[in-house]
Amino acid sequence: MNRIGRWIGFVVPVAFFFLAFPGLALAAEEPAGLDAGDTAWMMTSCAMVLLMTPGLAFFYGGLVRRKNVLSVLVQCFMAMCIITVAWVVLGYSLAFSGDIGSGNLGGVIGGFDHFLLRGVGYEVRDGTIPHMLFMIFQCMFAIITPALIVGAFAERLKFGAYCVYIVLWLFLVYCPVCHWVWGEAKGFFGLGNNGALDFAGGTVVHINAGVSALVCAIVLGKRQGYPEKTSPPHNLPFAVLGAGLLWFGWFGFNAGSAGAANASASNAFVVTHIATAAAGLTWAILDWILTKKPTCLGIITGVVAGLVAITPASGSVNPIGALCVGGGASIFAFIAINLKVKLKYDDSLDVFGVHGVAGIWGALATGLWATSMVPGNEANGLFYGNPIQLLHQVKAVAFTIVWSGSISFILLKLIDATIGLRAENRNEQVGLDLTEHAETAYTLVD
Amino acid sequence: MKFIIAVVQPDRLDAVLDALAEKDVHLVTVTQVIGRGRQKGTAEVYRGHKEVGSLIRKVKLEIGVNDEYVEPAIEAIASNARVGEGSIGDGKIFVLNLDECIRIRTGEKGPGAIG
Repeated sequence: MNRIGRWIGFVVPVAFFFLAFPGLALAAEEPAGLDAGDTAWMMTSCAMVLLMTPGLAFFYGGLVRRKNVLSVLVQCFMAMCIITVAWVVLGYSLAFSGDIGSGNLGGVIGGFDHFLLRGVGYEVRDGTIPHMLFMIFQCMFAIITPALIVGAFAERLKFGAYCVYIVLWLFLVYCPVCHWVWGEAKGFFGLGNNGALDFAGGTVVHINAGVSALVCAIVLGKRQGYPEKTSPPHNLPFAVLGAGLLWFGWFGFNAGSAGAANASASNAFVVTHIATAAAGLTWAILDWILTKKPTCLGIITGVVAGLVAITPASGSVNPIGALCVGGGASIFAFIAINLKVKLKYDDSLDVFGVHGVAGIWGALATGLWATSMVPGNEANGLFYGNPIQLLHQVKAVAFTIVWSGSISFILLKLIDATIGLRAENRNEQVGLDLTEHAETAYTLVD
Repeated sequence: MKFIIAVVQPDRLDAVLDALAEKDVHLVTVTQVIGRGRQKGTAEVYRGHKEVGSLIRKVKLEIGVNDEYVEPAIEAIASNARVGEGSIGDGKIFVLNLDECIRIRTGEKGPGAIG
């Protein structure tokens, strides 16, 4: 029995391999056009972007109550696993195959050409790196985007509902928007082909996740006891650790989006760092002036807002533009988070305030400060004499908000009507770590 | 003067504290504790290995009160710490005589020093 099991364990994966990559078994030579330096940088970037999701897990995990820290970490790690599988099976195809259908509404979503990674092999795709490396780089983006939403429904969403939601959301929200902006979408939805600039995912990643987060927070309702009875962050050092990992990984996120180790990547690397520093500083100053003390949570929140805002702009703004993008990010996110308390919705960890608002600001700011002096970018923004660019950016932002908001709403209502979204009241009180995962994060005695 | 020690389920703490404050009982010391009663520990599972701890998490409240506040305080604790699912494990309240109470700031002693 055991030998048969081992035999199956060997033959099945091998058979799958040959089915998925016909002809590859014979390929021994390096594909034409492959550049070793670019490929090395992109593999490094992939690993860095993947590390952002555990970073995000700690950022969020530190901000929740101690009875829910594991639930947040598990949600982030589950995104790494379930989204990767979903991406390999269907997601990559929906995002990066040619349009389904044609005519005015063509371009909503990609087709099934790359189903199960058919045709995604070692050969070079639009550049100097293997197609499969491009696919896995994009996979890392697809992982972190739904994981960002975790902060909005933290401490009250059932884990099963979470798993269903992020997979459906990947296919029906992330893949379409990714297809419009970075894929081959043409016509009405062809945002990227029609001129919108989004270097590393301001619309695809941050506005998309931020708007969905707002919808989640509203559909799911407040946590019990919000706002008076929800305790402060249980472990701010975790949040700082997470923010540090995010900052580090974001170099891969933005500079890797150049797809090569070139001048464009260098520019993205530098402006990412500058905007982030400017945003962290701005938040600290706002805190200092308005609440009298510069706070730890404030400075790391500003840092993340800066990273978000520079994301779409990192391929098209210069260092001076980056200072403005970063500073603005903290100002707008600061206002949004303070408004949240007045508007009385419970976006537990401010996903909309940070990713939604700073993401919208970044996408619009790209239309202001973009300059063709940046290598790899041909479009100028408003401040460099091209007001049309701002219109392209507004259109991309509007499309993303409408699509993400409406489809997220429908998905949440569907899940609520079938398997239910919210944890039982008593389970929410006891904490999701014990009730959803049968574990606790901290022991009381040795 | 009485000294009340109450051991309750951790998730009932907020409700108990609110109810005590409503009855004008403000002096409370809270600690996280583990202990046991007839209730078995909660089952936690680590890599498939089920661990039923013999000790379980509770919070302990220590409250010094004047005599007329004893019944209201017990009522506030008992009614809010009761989970109401008929299951055991809601905790205990112990009431002890309290010999003396001293307010450190002023040196004041006796019932006036509580609260």
